[in-house]
Amino acid sequence: MTTVEKRPVPPLAKPRTAKLPSVAERTLENGLRVLAVRRPGVPLAELRLRIPFAGPSGRSGRSFTAQASLLGDTLLSGTDQRDAAQLAADVQALGGQLSASTDADRLGFGGSVLVGGLPGLLGILGEVLTGASYPKREVLGERDRLVQELAIYRSQAAVVAREALLRRLYGDHPYGRELPSAEEVEDVKPSSLRTLHAKRVAPGGSILTIVGDLPPNKAIAHVEAALSGWTASSKAYDTPRLPSTPDQPALLLDRPGAVQTTLRMAASAPSRADADYAPFVLANLVFGGYFSSRWVANIREDKGYTYSPHAQVEHPPAGSRVTISADVSTPTTAPALLETLYELGRVATTAVTQGELDQARRYAVGSLALGTSTQAGLASTLSQLAGAGLGVEYLRDYPKQLAAVTVEDALAAGSRYLAPNRLTTVLVGDVDQVQAPLRTLVDLELE
Amino acid sequence: MPSPAKTRTAPKAATAPQPDYRIERLTLDNGLRVVLSPDPSSPVVAVAVYYDVGMRSEPEGRTGFAHLFEHLMFQGSANLGKTEHFTHVQGNGGTLNGSTHVDYTNYYEVMPSEATELALFLEADRMRSVAVTQENLDNQIAVVQNEIRVNVLNRPYGGFPWLLMPPVLYSDFANSHNGYGDFVDLESSTLEDAQGFFDRYYAPGNAVLTVVGDIDVEQVKGWVQGHFGDIPRRKVPKRPSFREPLPTQERRATVHDHLAPAPAVALAWRVPDPVDLTTFLPYVVLAEVLTDGDASRLQERMLLEDRSATHISGYLGLLGDPLDARDPTPFLLEVHHPEETPVDTVLDTVDQEITRLGSEGLSAEELARTVARMTARYLREVDSVLGRATTMSVFEQQRDRAELVNELPGLLRQVTPDQVQAAAATLTKDTRTVLELRPGSPA
Repeated sequence: MTTVEKRPVPPLAKPRTAKLPSVAERTLENGLRVLAVRRPGVPLAELRLRIPFAGPSGRSGRSFTAQASLLGDTLLSGTDQRDAAQLAADVQALGGQLSASTDADRLGFGGSVLVGGLPGLLGILGEVLTGASYPKREVLGERDRLVQELAIYRSQAAVVAREALLRRLYGDHPYGRELPSAEEVEDVKPSSLRTLHAKRVAPGGSILTIVGDLPPNKAIAHVEAALSGWTASSKAYDTPRLPSTPDQPALLLDRPGAVQTTLRMAASAPSRADADYAPFVLANLVFGGYFSSRWVANIREDKGYTYSPHAQVEHPPAGSRVTISADVSTPTTAPALLETLYELGRVATTAVTQGELDQARRYAVGSLALGTSTQAGLASTLSQLAGAGLGVEYLRDYPKQLAAVTVEDALAAGSRYLAPNRLTTVLVGDVDQVQAPLRTLVDLELE
Repeated sequence: MPSPAKTRTAPKAATAPQPDYRIERLTLDNGLRVVLSPDPSSPVVAVAVYYDVGMRSEPEGRTGFAHLFEHLMFQGSANLGKTEHFTHVQGNGGTLNGSTHVDYTNYYEVMPSEATELALFLEADRMRSVAVTQENLDNQIAVVQNEIRVNVLNRPYGGFPWLLMPPVLYSDFANSHNGYGDFVDLESSTLEDAQGFFDRYYAPGNAVLTVVGDIDVEQVKGWVQGHFGDIPRRKVPKRPSFREPLPTQERRATVHDHLAPAPAVALAWRVPDPVDLTTFLPYVVLAEVLTDGDASRLQERMLLEDRSATHISGYLGLLGDPLDARDPTPFLLEVHHPEETPVDTVLDTVDQEITRLGSEGLSAEELARTVARMTARYLREVDSVLGRATTMSVFEQQRDRAELVNELPGLLRQVTPDQVQAAAATLTKDTRTVLELRPGSPA
């Protein structure tokens, strides 16, 4: 046998940091805040519009969620000037796309267009914002379709688990029910969408972000020309405060015959503006936030219990959360939960190594750079930051915050946010097969 | 309430300037083809390696092996242990993945550009040799089985139609078998199979390496030579033709999905060899004319007017990327419809609209707006270094022409209404394959 000399891993070159994008900003007279960045590369422009759209808690909130969902689906179904097909054809002719959607906090528009078509796309956006007509036939048709889509959506184990998890975390708060029920959708009348639009689709508090291959002042001038006529006013509706989550046993939902169990665990997490955020991000990465984490190494690369375990952080404005997800084969359900509790407990009670911390840190900094290297990525990032009250400086400051995190900071954040006893747990699987083994580890509630 | 009349004059559809990404290429003595495309606009780089082997090359009894082998390529290589590939990439700020397609298997890293040489080293290391233990093989078989469970077995409409259509549409094993793999085949895979597959298909001469982003071309040429140059040349397998006769009569099948709450139907037709873009692109445009957005033929008719469907998509290629497969490849339509709409109504409506397009054609305006959006979407995709690297890699591997990344918008603009009409006229009832998906269990 011959001995082959190991080849050395090449060193990194000197890093070249991206220049901080220069953001032009103006608040129009109608209250719309506009952010614009020039980013050449491809001859396109990206737009993101966020309109505050939070509903109330409780029963009225449920009908609000149904109305808001259908409003998002029918905003582009016609205006006083164009029907749905004409609207779609005109957007297409610009080399554009435009979509609308709602969640528990906002109504969002996303679009992109060949850059010469930006004024045209903004014109159509303005026409929709001020003159969406919610034609009865289209609304009723989309209403039926939404009911069908919800049924398909809810046939997925991941959706069943997410809905149960959010309900357990947030109860009757709007975050506890992202999706309406079929009955709630069927109760929505076309006239109520027109009323909701008139009341809530307003420029005050809304933020429009444009990133594209054009000078920012020109982009802002196009916006001003197209959207100054959008003058609706609305009072400020903040997302209600989150309730505190009670201690609850793990919830097990039955999916008879399922070959996998859908495991989800979640808890509140620090927001981007919180001093705990950078240490938390790194503790979470080391635990399970990326492929090179302990949890993935354990339950996937060592034991083969699952394909794609991940721990993800989301930032809805009323409160950030961390959700850990793994779909594990049915016979390994309890062993997979055991290893998950072990890895959570480990990051909550023992220090990560300096090497683990540095590796996670470089990943976090690199991800930010990759995520903002395209027009679309930069537009989405800036829009999300603006929605959280953060400016472009965050792209410069966050890596500095990450750089300052010590092993001790990561342990403190791990024990504060990732301790197994603070996570709410939901499992969707074949109760007959998984119940008994799971009960050896945790208290279970069956629905 | 009547819809407002379409009185507005149609705006002239927008056009975009042709991209001009710089392309340099070299071929190493061991046969590795290399494409380099510098772009200093962001300090990031994409490194992609495309091996010219995919699901179609799996032997009988080894369904799913190309994909299983893709997993094994992350399990250790000449100088790296298990998980080290991941930690070198992610621990230096990058992302990575691999994916298995019908005609190729790819691996890529997207990294801060200071890690360009590192990424090249990592790809070279596993092109030099793969190092899998029995324990790691067993582990990855379990992981792949869980991948199939989450994406197919525990999911409504899992594998519809990409795994379920081939056995109906095709006759030959290469084209018709399950590319995700039968569990029996996966479990009986051996280390010898893996070594044999690597030796046969992962020769440097069977691969294309593409580097796109913030690079100095001359420096990268040196690194490529240094890291890949001494990988021994090996015999490159001659790629067989997977062509099989066109269907001459309608083929039909029904599958039952106990997790699905509503029916769906998929239609497939064989189309011309994608290597010749002039005859193939009219079909790609046709799919958009039929299904892209509220102003497309089938969406306007079935979603807005008849309400006979709840979701429609149309695309070329089983995996939805028109340009990533060679011949044979299908044109696919996927329609989800309410239980109250009989499937024959869906099929008749689709047939009426396609026949109308095939006999009456479409206006220059309809074609121009369709191409305008396709072009914009394409440009958006290649704005990312990864999107550009993957596009160039396939063009270079399958058509010897990475430059098509710049030429594609121009080729799309040259498609004529007559060509789209002629393409539609070939999608007849007697050459289609119909796969019905029924919710619930068989009666």
